[in-house]
Amino acid sequence: MAPQNPLTPAVTTVDSAMIASAPVQKVVDLCRAMSLWPMTFGLACCAIEMMAAGMARFDMARFGAEVFRPSPRQSDLMIVAGTVSKKMAPAVVRLYEQMPAPKWVMALGNCAISGGPFKFKGQYGIIEGVDQLVPVDVYVPGCPPRPEGLLEGLFQIQEKITGRRWWPLPEGFEPSPAGPDSAEVRKPASGEPETGKEGS
Amino acid sequence: MMNFAAIPEPALRLVLCIVALAVFIGLNGLLLVYMERKIAGHIQRRPGPFEVGPHGVLTPVADALKLVGKQLVAPEGADKWLFWTAPILSFMPIFVLFLPIEFGPNLFGVETNLGLLLILAFAGFNVLALCLAGWGSNNKWGLLGAARAVSQSVAYEIPLLLTVLAVAFMTGTLDLGEITAMQGAWPWQWNVVTQPLAFVIFFTCAVAETNRAPFDVPEAESELTAGFHTEYSGMGFGLFFLAEYAEMIVVCSVATILFLGGWKGPFISGPWWFLVKMYALLTIMMWFRWTYPRVRFDQVLNICWKWFIPLALANLLLTAVLVKVF
Repeated sequence: MAPQNPLTPAVTTVDSAMIASAPVQKVVDLCRAMSLWPMTFGLACCAIEMMAAGMARFDMARFGAEVFRPSPRQSDLMIVAGTVSKKMAPAVVRLYEQMPAPKWVMALGNCAISGGPFKFKGQYGIIEGVDQLVPVDVYVPGCPPRPEGLLEGLFQIQEKITGRRWWPLPEGFEPSPAGPDSAEVRKPASGEPETGKEGS
Repeated sequence: MMNFAAIPEPALRLVLCIVALAVFIGLNGLLLVYMERKIAGHIQRRPGPFEVGPHGVLTPVADALKLVGKQLVAPEGADKWLFWTAPILSFMPIFVLFLPIEFGPNLFGVETNLGLLLILAFAGFNVLALCLAGWGSNNKWGLLGAARAVSQSVAYEIPLLLTVLAVAFMTGTLDLGEITAMQGAWPWQWNVVTQPLAFVIFFTCAVAETNRAPFDVPEAESELTAGFHTEYSGMGFGLFFLAEYAEMIVVCSVATILFLGGWKGPFISGPWWFLVKMYALLTIMMWFRWTYPRVRFDQVLNICWKWFIPLALANLLLTAVLVKVF
């Protein structure tokens, strides 16, 4: 399918690392993973689930991710929570471009992944998947996904940053099969500073 | 080998004090971030940071390192010079603010009989920094936030000074050490008993001066994105944050010295009493933040001009009369 959106995808710059040293990088990665500040930014009904994830019952704060920053300059994680309409798309791209590196994007819900229920022949108002505009790190399916889904998405981003999963899997779930690109990052990390209570 | 005895005592004290302060401010930044997030969590019936380290104690460390490792961005139309001066200017005077504060017997940076004046004078730098930040970042929210910060700080400095003046009338000195010395160890010998209104006004104004909720209109999220620090990323934002926490410590320390007897306390006087009182006040500040909704901007100024300034003036007048009579 040819990209159906007439809009320009995001362009950003990234400064190269000042110190290229593996242990330093590891510690910094760990800190980044444990302090993912999301942007206060909701597009549709999935944002309600995002709010629920920050509230008392689910509490993203436990993983250091409750600091919803209103300014894109101070946030690390863009949670695209909801339907991206063509009117809204330039704003989404602008917000992504305004975030300083390193930054991550989570597509929350079917609308952000593919257009969801609004995708049909002849539709004219919806971006069919936010990945046509900005690079997406984690897709969280659901309509809307439950807050547990959002938390799982957060864990997946943490795994993507640090190379290992920090929190136990929910009961009855198998570890996701290692993809071809994640084969060597999945090696159990040893000698890392104790940061998470594993198995809690 | 250096001969340390050759260094004059005040100079040695100053250098040691600044080194100790750098450590103290940095560690306190981490501690207060943790405290704030935990208090926020518990007030909202959730655990707050919990999984990163035991009970989440490493969360602020992760935050700090992450902020250091974040890309620094300046907006295209910004005045780069002012933009990067502002966070540094906001943080630099903090060291001066701490110097005259007497944390314990003979535990201070600089002995001066104008300690209170020094603190009040250098506290004004922060407003200038916020103003530069808002102006330099070429952002409408930044500018609005800066304008609010200036009008709020200027307004609240007046009742703050008036209440401090009332205490200065009573004690007849601006030396923080002497003010502590004039108070006794037991709570009924503290200035807060003779000046309760001044204490309430001072503490409220201190909350407003440090731009804390419910007076955080310069960075009102719902209206101004993040106010004056909208455009700051990474450590630019981190320095503003650190300066805010350090200023909270300063105002709580001054409140402790002026009204709560400084380092003097029941049974065993010492720096620990100072820290207990200071952290109690800090906790109350955080409790305020997570309890009260943000007041509207006209309400902020109305409270100040219509209530605090007349009340502080009346209090000052009464104090002056009583000091003259007795």
